[in-house]
Amino acid sequence: MGILISQLSWKIGGQQGEGVESTDRIFSTALNRLGYYLYGYRHFSSRIKGGHTNNKIRISTKPIRAISDDLDILVAFDQESIDLNAHELRKGGVIVADAKFDPSVPEGIDARLFPVPITKLAEELGTSLMKNMVASGASWALLGLPLEVFNKAVEEEFGRKGPAIVEKNIEAVKRGADFVLELAGGPLDEFKLEEADGKQKLFMIGNEAIGLGSIAAGCRLMSAYPITPASEIMEYLIKKLPKFGGTVIQTEDEIAAVTMAIGANYAGVRTMTASAGPGLSLMMEAIGLAGMTETPLVIVNTQRGGPSTGLPTKQEQSDLNAMVYGTHGEIPKIVIAPASIEDCFYDMIEAFNLSEQYQVPVIVMTDLQLSLGKQSCEPLDYSKIQIARGKLVQDAPALEGAELFKRYEFTEDGVSPRVLPGEKGGLHHVTGVEHDEVGRPSESAVNRRRMMDKRLKKLNALEIRDALRIDAPIEKPDLLIIGMGSTGGTIDAARERLKQDGISSNHITIRQIHPFPADALKPYLEAAKKVIVIENNATAQLAGQIKMYAGNSEKIESLLKYDGNPFLPLEIYKACKEMS
Amino acid sequence: MATFKEFRNNVKPNWCPGCGDFSIQAAIQRAAANVGLEPEQLAVISGIGCSGRISGYINAYGFHGIHGRALPIAQGVKLANRELTVIASGGDGDGFAIGMGHTVHAIRRNLNITYIVMDNQIYGLTKGQTSPRSAEGFKTKSTPEGSIETTLSPLEIAMSAGATFVAQSFSSDLKGLTSLIEQGIKHEGFSLINVFSPCVTFNKINTYDWFKENIVSLDQFPDYDPSDRVAAMNKIMETNGMLTGLIYQNTTRKSYEDMIVGFKPEALAKQDLALTQEQFDQLVSEFK
Ligand SMILES: Cc1ncc(C[n+]2csc(CCOP(=O)(O)OP(=O)(O)O)c2C)c(N)n1
Ligand code: SF4
Repeated sequence: MGILISQLSWKIGGQQGEGVESTDRIFSTALNRLGYYLYGYRHFSSRIKGGHTNNKIRISTKPIRAISDDLDILVAFDQESIDLNAHELRKGGVIVADAKFDPSVPEGIDARLFPVPITKLAEELGTSLMKNMVASGASWALLGLPLEVFNKAVEEEFGRKGPAIVEKNIEAVKRGADFVLELAGGPLDEFKLEEADGKQKLFMIGNEAIGLGSIAAGCRLMSAYPITPASEIMEYLIKKLPKFGGTVIQTEDEIAAVTMAIGANYAGVRTMTASAGPGLSLMMEAIGLAGMTETPLVIVNTQRGGPSTGLPTKQEQSDLNAMVYGTHGEIPKIVIAPASIEDCFYDMIEAFNLSEQYQVPVIVMTDLQLSLGKQSCEPLDYSKIQIARGKLVQDAPALEGAELFKRYEFTEDGVSPRVLPGEKGGLHHVTGVEHDEVGRPSESAVNRRRMMDKRLKKLNALEIRDALRIDAPIEKPDLLIIGMGSTGGTIDAARERLKQDGISSNHITIRQIHPFPADALKPYLEAAKKVIVIENNATAQLAGQIKMYAGNSEKIESLLKYDGNPFLPLEIYKACKEMS
Repeated sequence: MATFKEFRNNVKPNWCPGCGDFSIQAAIQRAAANVGLEPEQLAVISGIGCSGRISGYINAYGFHGIHGRALPIAQGVKLANRELTVIASGGDGDGFAIGMGHTVHAIRRNLNITYIVMDNQIYGLTKGQTSPRSAEGFKTKSTPEGSIETTLSPLEIAMSAGATFVAQSFSSDLKGLTSLIEQGIKHEGFSLINVFSPCVTFNKINTYDWFKENIVSLDQFPDYDPSDRVAAMNKIMETNGMLTGLIYQNTTRKSYEDMIVGFKPEALAKQDLALTQEQFDQLVSEFK
């Protein structure tokens, strides 16, 4: 028996709609049961049926948050999947391909090919739909993992459909496993994984963590318009919110989605909307309305390739400026960027709290990889769920005569008491026109200045959890690497290699994008010999914020990627080494 | 119980003297009192335009939003607190130009709110440009040679969008208008009330006198049955959209709120936000 390995990469490719997703789901669910850490990446196009698609997962005994540079096992439903992905295979990697299409290994690639009659075995059991079972069974067998665990996952996936279906699927798994083991002469020694810790992790995509976090935060309404890669949030919430008395409403467009959310927040229900770039663009005027009327509002923007329709199913982080600067005039606004699957959950609670405490719009920005990549998630802590509604007044004292509630009262911190419609003592007016303390339109220059100052000073006291996520073990590092969103794990993987080359580095993830936490960042910029800002866009938007607010321009360089794909550790490693 | 005076506030409207919008304001105040509301039970959500200012002139909860979006804001308010009476209001530009998409979908959706359009066939606030409601040939600042677009028929659109309550009125008919607003508020679903509201400053064609001459009141047709959809559509077309009164009402279709699975009769805004440990564990267990 060879040495046990601690991690492995597996990919499945085929035509969209032919079972790629489900093969991945069953395979990775079973791995999750054994306690492995998983990190997935979905490559898909905006076609529904047809078109090459692939899912890649990294399997590890330690926490990982990055896709790998290379690949150990490729499962292919067609030759195109081999041709497009075989170059990723490391030397001696394995291809499990459907024998049906007479697969071949492209020239110059050193890989072992196991043709398994995937479609035929499935059809023998009655339906080619069971291809996914045959393929995942074969993959499982090559790793030499216990079949009982796999069968249990199958049982749970199909249990609802009755024992006959479960049995058929288990049989499909077995046939795939038997066939490949026969070909390979048993499980492959070099793919023998160390045993995992056996502790089952949560396993989900960022959008599900966002949905779950929203419910935990007390969100009971969502108004939204479908868009990739945000739709899973509404799809998750429509399944769950009715159990808590709430609902999801699919509106006619994003303008309706955001204004409906404003109306519902005004009337006292924590309500969110979610979209991607095109929808965010449509919401801009309404974001200003929320800012001006001091109405709480939470928007999730799952970034994808822009501009316009851009690359709708690809990774990008190019809406930062739109989120920070979008809407005319000047309002206080918070933009936070979860940087992990756990953040997606906890940040939603934070976002709803901040939006009510400061009475401002809060934009939670993710990117496609964070929103859609399925990954292991540490246990979520119920005791950390705190709901804080800020200066929400209940049972306001009765008003005298023509008196109105001072909804926009000038206060020390700029935040005024808020009351919900329906309260007898709370009558006031709300308008996007500049207004006085009771919300009546006012063009007085004195009032205008005071109101602008009042609104804008609200965020002076802003404090959020981990505004910067700091990993700075080195006092004066060669490099300070800065990133945001989903790139953190990839940066850390690259840093390990840099360390082996004698290049020291610190790593900061910016989580509070706006208002920019310049003071907290400055000392780290100053301590580093060089700063490299890594982002998935072409115009270095995050670096722009850093330079504008925290200076140190002369030592800041950018590593940018805007071809639609996430960074790979090797790319970051090489670029950083060159720049250091 | 509040009288209509309690729905008045001390703000002097900035409408031009003689503007039709004054009577609509009065009609809303009367109707609110007549159906037995207290000011805090009413939320008036308005758009942008001369007409949009109305939410600031009524003593109730008022929200003056952005151009064309009164309806989605109003629907959000209603979803959050279905115990409130929600009236959305704005101009014909607000509801039938920039906000037309929302109007059609709000009608289809059928939340229990009342939408009052203050229809002056012109853009007042921006000082006299054409509106989708302007007649063909109508000369305005933006159509100096006369409008060459077809006039929009909101009543026909509402009918074809599946409206459950369609009414039209004239601001001079305070009594009729008040009664229609009362019926709209009581209607269990979305009620559209289009009100001819002359703009005395910029519209020299569709004047009070012009309306008086051209309006066709449903009172003339004692046998008219507002539950007959086909008859309603015919009457609208026959009268070239100049019909006033309760044109159509469907009392059998449930409101949107009543059809949402799991939606309670009490205001969502009053419900507890916190999850129990058990509820939380159950949600989390799906991801294992
Ligand atoms: C997005 C946007 N575009 C344009 C305007 C300018 N604007 C304000 S009111 C209005 C139209 C007013 O007409 P109508 O809605 O019929 O109301 P009225 O003033 O006639 O009552 C326009 C174009 C605006 N406020 N917002
Ligand atoms: S401009 Fe026309 S619509 Fe506006 S207030 Fe004057 S009369 Fe009324």
